[in-house]
Amino acid sequence: MASRRKEQPTEDGRHMETDVLVVGGGPAAAWAALSAAEAGARVILADKGYHGTSGATAPSNTGTWCVPPGEGRAASVEQRFKRTAGLADRRWMLRAADRAYENLQKLVDWGYPFPSEEDGSLYIANLRGPDYMRFMRQRVQKAGVTILDHHPILELLGDENHVGGAAGLSRRNGASFSVAAGAVVLATGGCAFFERILGGTGLTGDGYLLAAEAGASLSGMEFTGKYTLAPHGSSLNKGLPFRWATFYRESGEVLRDDRGEPVTNGIGGGERQVAEALLSGPVYARLDLAEPAIQDWLRRGQPNCFQPYDRMGINPFEQLFRVDLKYEGTVRGTGGIRIVSSDCGTGIAGLYAAGDAASRENVTGGVSGGGAINASWAIASGWWSGHGAAHHARSRKHRDFARLRPLGATGLRGAGQREDVELAVAARTVHDEIVPLDRSYWRKANVLEASRRILEDVWAGLNQAKPSVGIERLRAREVASVTASARWTVAAALLRTESRGVHRRSDFPREDERQASRIIVSGLDRVSALREDLALETAREG
Amino acid sequence: MIEVISSDRCIRCDICERVCPAFVFDRDETGLPVIARQDDCQTCFLCEIYCPTDALYVAEAAHGPIGIAEAEVVERDLFGAYARSLGWSRGRAGGAQNDPTRHIRVAQV
Repeated sequence: MASRRKEQPTEDGRHMETDVLVVGGGPAAAWAALSAAEAGARVILADKGYHGTSGATAPSNTGTWCVPPGEGRAASVEQRFKRTAGLADRRWMLRAADRAYENLQKLVDWGYPFPSEEDGSLYIANLRGPDYMRFMRQRVQKAGVTILDHHPILELLGDENHVGGAAGLSRRNGASFSVAAGAVVLATGGCAFFERILGGTGLTGDGYLLAAEAGASLSGMEFTGKYTLAPHGSSLNKGLPFRWATFYRESGEVLRDDRGEPVTNGIGGGERQVAEALLSGPVYARLDLAEPAIQDWLRRGQPNCFQPYDRMGINPFEQLFRVDLKYEGTVRGTGGIRIVSSDCGTGIAGLYAAGDAASRENVTGGVSGGGAINASWAIASGWWSGHGAAHHARSRKHRDFARLRPLGATGLRGAGQREDVELAVAARTVHDEIVPLDRSYWRKANVLEASRRILEDVWAGLNQAKPSVGIERLRAREVASVTASARWTVAAALLRTESRGVHRRSDFPREDERQASRIIVSGLDRVSALREDLALETAREG
Repeated sequence: MIEVISSDRCIRCDICERVCPAFVFDRDETGLPVIARQDDCQTCFLCEIYCPTDALYVAEAAHGPIGIAEAEVVERDLFGAYARSLGWSRGRAGGAQNDPTRHIRVAQV
């Protein structure tokens, strides 16, 4: 059953107190909540949506990066490290592989219905989203965690030295609520920049804005040039069936690569040619390379992918259908809140980050962690952040809630008086600067500069607008978060004058070995981007 | 996007209103769900599978409604289609243990 307990409408001004507050409702939030509860903390999980259906995982079917312990593990990490554009960290990869494996075993112990191999052993390297997240909700409830569904957090509460809670609203009636907490975990997911990808409409980078307002930095925001194929007009950015696709131009002519061979494997080598072709006109596909056995496995194993075809009345194995490349921002990209400690601390006392809210460069560098790596990162980072937060909360027995002040600004409070700033227009403007293929698949200096100026204007407008009230505060904060994320993305993309991983510069098409360092971005009204190696050098020189 | 709520099939249980991650539904005074914020729908199809009576239909277009009517959904047997292919039934989870995706992962390499 879904939760039998009825949601009580929140009364305006409701105040709660806890040890650990987890913000978000996807897998990282679930694992953080379970971890903190296991460590003995009282936990509140506040989700913008419904914990169990929220986020990119619930409507998907995700592989995990599942590497059993033993001699093969180091080799597996080494093999994967070679594909991370030089920016991952082997130590983090090893510990993430280990933690994810341990927690997948917990799922086995708890009775999650994994499929079996022919020899009877369980196949744990895949999690079916709707089942996985429903199962996780039940575990979270069983662990005694208080779940607040449809209660988005709008801002953090803190003082000069630490974060000590958060405030938000109830979507049911717009009522305000606040939570005093010994520590806060941001597990708010990535930013899809208002692209309508599966489970992505609510992924508006909320945690990035919350963290930046508390003084934290972000990293890897230039690694946001990730797109995945989908049936035209649909939400289904799931690439797996396109492994067996052939692609066609509108004329019916087969799409061919430089050597005259038909373009295939739309989730691998074929992606770039499809992207190029899409710049000059519609592209069609047919899953005509799938043998009958593959067709059967795809239909039964990836039923979400077939919903658009079945509803359109198309047989994708036999008929041509139009495709899009959907933009995935930091959901399948790797940027996010910069992690500075092994317990996923952000460098701000009391504030932790997990899942897609955190930068995934430690485990996947500058390439997409889409699917497997990100799923295992959500499990591992959720677990570490939950323990870190619980430990921090224990060390702060004496908490003075009265000293905390709200840290939120843009869209929420300020002296702005303008009433002509329309959020829908701002959202559309930001979307159009980031999402199109000629903005984020290929980047170049003059286009990025133009975007930077436009985004500065949007940000200024949001600050000049009269602050929103009631339920409207949610949209105002989502637009502010996406706008801030776009500005950080452009700043990092301008600084990285090379092509590396999923950051492609048409004016700098090659990798530059001198730029094998991460880029840190921070700031709100003034955005700054700097190279991590130089920042560390400066810090050492004091 | 969510487009059809069958008032005949719906048992006024409130599950769709509670589980929608985008908080798309309200309910009228009789308890029937109302699509109150359609543009917020993220076309994730999850309300369909949580519905105990297959009373909801989400059309494939993510950017706006296509205007499909309940009669067509019935005629093409599309109510509950996603739930059936997953192995979910009457709003209850099921079928994950039969997921053949492992074969696809081997074949994709």
